[in-house]
Amino acid sequence: MACARGLAVVAAAWLAGAAGAHAATLTIACGSNAADAQFCARYAQDWGRKNGHEVRIYSAPASATDNLALLRQQFAAKSDKLDVLTIDVVWPGVLKDHLVDLKPYSQGAESQHFPAIVANNTIGGKLLGMPWYTDAGLLFYRKDLLEKYGLALPKTWHEMAEAARRIQDGERAAGARDFHGYVFQGRAYEGLTCNALEWVASYGGGTIVDASGKVTIHNAQAARALDEAASWIGTIAPRGVLNYGEEEARGVWQNGQAAFMRNWPYAWAMSQAEDSVIRGKVGVAPLPAGDGEGARPAATLGGWQLAVSKYSRHVEAAAALVMYLTSAEIQKQRAIGGAYNPTIPALYRDPELLAANPFMGDLLDVFENAVARPATPTGLKYPAVSRAFWDATHDVLSGRVDGAAAVRRLEGRLLQTRRAKW
Amino acid sequence: MQRTRTAWLFLAPMLVAMLLVAGWPLARTLWFSVTDTNLNDLAAGRFVGWQNYFGAYGLFGNAGYTEGFWAGDWGISIANTFKFAVVSVLLETAIGLGVALLLNQEFRGRALVRTAVLVPWAIPTIVSAKMWGWMLNDQYGVVNQWLVDWGVVAQKIAFTAEPAYALWTVVAVDVWKTIPFMALLILAALQTLPRDIYEAARVDGVHPLRVFWRITLPLIRLPLMVAVVFRLLDALRVFDLIFVLTSNSSATISMSGFVRREMIDNGDLGFGSAAALSLTAIIFITAVLFLRAARVRLAEDTR
Repeated sequence: MACARGLAVVAAAWLAGAAGAHAATLTIACGSNAADAQFCARYAQDWGRKNGHEVRIYSAPASATDNLALLRQQFAAKSDKLDVLTIDVVWPGVLKDHLVDLKPYSQGAESQHFPAIVANNTIGGKLLGMPWYTDAGLLFYRKDLLEKYGLALPKTWHEMAEAARRIQDGERAAGARDFHGYVFQGRAYEGLTCNALEWVASYGGGTIVDASGKVTIHNAQAARALDEAASWIGTIAPRGVLNYGEEEARGVWQNGQAAFMRNWPYAWAMSQAEDSVIRGKVGVAPLPAGDGEGARPAATLGGWQLAVSKYSRHVEAAAALVMYLTSAEIQKQRAIGGAYNPTIPALYRDPELLAANPFMGDLLDVFENAVARPATPTGLKYPAVSRAFWDATHDVLSGRVDGAAAVRRLEGRLLQTRRAKW
Repeated sequence: MQRTRTAWLFLAPMLVAMLLVAGWPLARTLWFSVTDTNLNDLAAGRFVGWQNYFGAYGLFGNAGYTEGFWAGDWGISIANTFKFAVVSVLLETAIGLGVALLLNQEFRGRALVRTAVLVPWAIPTIVSAKMWGWMLNDQYGVVNQWLVDWGVVAQKIAFTAEPAYALWTVVAVDVWKTIPFMALLILAALQTLPRDIYEAARVDGVHPLRVFWRITLPLIRLPLMVAVVFRLLDALRVFDLIFVLTSNSSATISMSGFVRREMIDNGDLGFGSAAALSLTAIIFITAVLFLRAARVRLAEDTR
């Protein structure tokens, strides 16, 4: 019996090999957080087994900044080591010369996805990446603690800070010495650009550089937004937040040591995992609004695309893998298991998906109206623009300068980065 | 004549190899530093002359530095690098000297202690940086836990995040890591000292501190200076500790970090190459100045 099964396996493997006349070994770059690694690897290798290809997993650096730096080095060397890449929503402009046009392989599949994301991924008529999941900053809050202290869900940053302080004081008085009101991503990296853009945009301070390429950051509302954020450091947020990325913030949050957290939707599935101490106590809401002229709630558009490297030796197989992974079926599975937001609007009416992620239906318009980082107008220079912005923000958060001085200096730096043109 | 030709023949492969591995990258960096090459397409760079050094957007003499050279990122990275290098090398030399003097004594288990002392130096920098990163973590770090338990601090300290501490945290980790190196170099020097001088001093009843100042220190001064120069050159190109340990903002950036940032993160190979060459020049000048200063003092001593 066992022997027969063994034979069948060998035969199946041989048949699969024969069917895919050119069995390829593909390498796919998956994210490095637990859920990403798990879902990305599982479905990619499923596909490989079915189609007689070997799929290897490359774990990309956790920090998007490091990840991009590594990719650029690989591309500069025309390396064929990576076939399928996970690329951030702000990268198509930076990597455009190194990615395969997926139009010939998609057979129109992109029309099912959010048009704004497809437009973001299309440069010079070439479809450089298939949408893989979309993202926007969200406010995670502890339902049980808001109830315990009789607080309403905060609508503005001021209210949020106030609520965070009340809860923090109460919990610390009750003996939780390491309890914090609010955690977010304050490390000097791309994630801080996302956080800070949310503050600035929610105060009506614009998007650093506007769509026409004009530098707009030097304004009073932007300065106010940064000052407001700086007032959280050391009061409701631990000073260590100055060195936190997504996972560091989630670590504090998931230990039950924070009342509020700003993070991407993936944190939902992990907060609700079987072994999570805060399971069932977590709520998700749009981020708070600022105040003053033009104030509104704002969330930075995130999200990742799957792309194929121009230097891959198996472009066809790699493109097929991309199409499989971005299909409605797989996006649904990843949404249910990992809280990754699908990029296919139709899926947001799927009852199974909404049962697993009740917040997704309510927050659909947060995802649809999210604020884009100025990647399109600044093109190849976006990494430098983003770095100048997060550096200026980090300086304000750590108390080295105030908001007004930071945005004035930042304007100078951005003009210097732009030189003649973006 | 024949012999000379044969010599050149035998030397030729070596010279070619040297040109390939050292000359070519150097020439390429020199060329890049006067172009606006981008990492995106290495062949597309155009010649821009001195723009990357002294132009409107250059490293030195930049119109964009409205608040002065030292407020710009390049100025900050130079200042950070020198702060780091001077303080850490001073501490490493002083503590390393102390450890070497201890290890130079006869005691039971000396061989074991000498080996044990080497451990921090044997751990790769990345590993020790990560290790200290976790130990110093503001939330889960064991160091913070001790400080709180012992009542030294009320609130946990964000050693690697707070700009006021971050650079000195890096110095502390570097000192921890490099003391063994200094100690071993100094110990090697100590072991070459003639024993009869010390016996004579003991017979004459000279105070041990006086022995140290008048005999030990002058005799090991030259090897000590060599060790210091080694460490200084090493410290001036510090990169990995800062990159792994801190938040990597401009508050703690070093010159090497600046070069990497311009070349890799921003993809600006031209500007980055200019910074890399400036970094080399700065280190070279520092080494020359240091050696000259040290030699002057030595010359005074012999007079």
